[in-house]
Amino acid sequence: MSDAGSLIALIPRLRRYARALVGERAAADDLVQDTLERAWSKLHLYRHGTDLRAWLFTVMHNVHVNQVRASRPTTALDDDMPELAQRAVQGDALLVRDLERAIAVLPAAQREVLLLVALEDLSYDETARVLGIPIGTVMSRLARARDKVRVSMHGKGASKLQMVK
Amino acid sequence: MSEAEQTVGEADLHAWADGRLAEGRRAEVEAWLAAHPEEAERAAAYRALNDQLRAHYEPVLGEAVPERLESAALRRRRWHAAAAIAGWIAVGAAVGGVTGWQLHAQRVPVPLAQPDSPVIARRAALAHATYAPEVRHPVEVGADQEQHLVAWLSKRLGAEVRAPRLEAEGMTLVGGRLLPRDPGPVAQFMYQSAPGRRVTLYVRTEGPDQRETAFRFAREGNVRVFYWIDRKFGYALSSADLDRDELLKLANAVYQQLNP
Repeated sequence: MSDAGSLIALIPRLRRYARALVGERAAADDLVQDTLERAWSKLHLYRHGTDLRAWLFTVMHNVHVNQVRASRPTTALDDDMPELAQRAVQGDALLVRDLERAIAVLPAAQREVLLLVALEDLSYDETARVLGIPIGTVMSRLARARDKVRVSMHGKGASKLQMVK
Repeated sequence: MSEAEQTVGEADLHAWADGRLAEGRRAEVEAWLAAHPEEAERAAAYRALNDQLRAHYEPVLGEAVPERLESAALRRRRWHAAAAIAGWIAVGAAVGGVTGWQLHAQRVPVPLAQPDSPVIARRAALAHATYAPEVRHPVEVGADQEQHLVAWLSKRLGAEVRAPRLEAEGMTLVGGRLLPRDPGPVAQFMYQSAPGRRVTLYVRTEGPDQRETAFRFAREGNVRVFYWIDRKFGYALSSADLDRDELLKLANAVYQQLNP
């Protein structure tokens, strides 16, 4: 398949990931569009025969990080800054689905790991390469993300916390 | 089991939930989980979250892909660059060979087949079909008031429009009119040859993020249309009287005039 044909075939997957990552549909499609445009300008960096989808996730990650940085110039994607890059949650909590809200309030760095692993079914190794982080960081972000989602969805205590019965 | 207990850690719970454990290891971890209900519940919750996420976002995969994303994947936005490099050079041989018309080392956009959602082409063809057959009122303002016509249309479009001169192509300006459109009106210029063959040029303003495109061809009923975007304007040249090659030649003349 041609490069363009391969890209077209992957658009639905990119849209799904972007939708979960940024929430709102138009903003998600903007991210996909920026990703596709950047992919064309960076295509010489893609090694043919490797996983194009994983490479596109890397491109999307970089675009997304730049956008987040641009909107919050003094912060960075870092585990130590849990309030960073939280998505705006719609005001009426009754209309927001629990799952979407639980994902939305995660720090961006944890959200990315969780979605690549749980939604996009990337291996921990692939996730580490896509995000350019050590695999140990993948595992720790994954653990934190899952515990936070559990807490916000079910009120269950995180692994090291005891719920008061 | 005590041996496994020492080695089953947090990472194993996640790997189990994600189906990333090798066969043998999975059995060990599952045996350990059977004896540790709290961790087993947590691992099961992780796995359930995976299922929920996939189920929740699965419909996105089935949604119609917006045209702008397909365009980005096809690099349509880069037509400008592609046409500038390849098209200007190649079109002379391609078009000239077919029509006998030769380029004079001029920049000319390439005609491309495959229009995508040619709203401008449809509207232009419709406007052409509406006004070109008119005998008594083909235009609102005649060519005898060309200065007024151009000033009026420029004012209404909010941008300086020009009526290209096509006498060299055997076409004289009949006049023009304003057409409704949301947002903002559209200008239509009408030209006519001595035998009474008519062509209309449809000019609308484009949003700031529009780039140049190559010529594209569309056919709506018996109206043939070449359309393109150039900086802040979208253009469509329509005719039911000219054939495709004649219309392309005229479109090139219009393009040259508007890009001196």
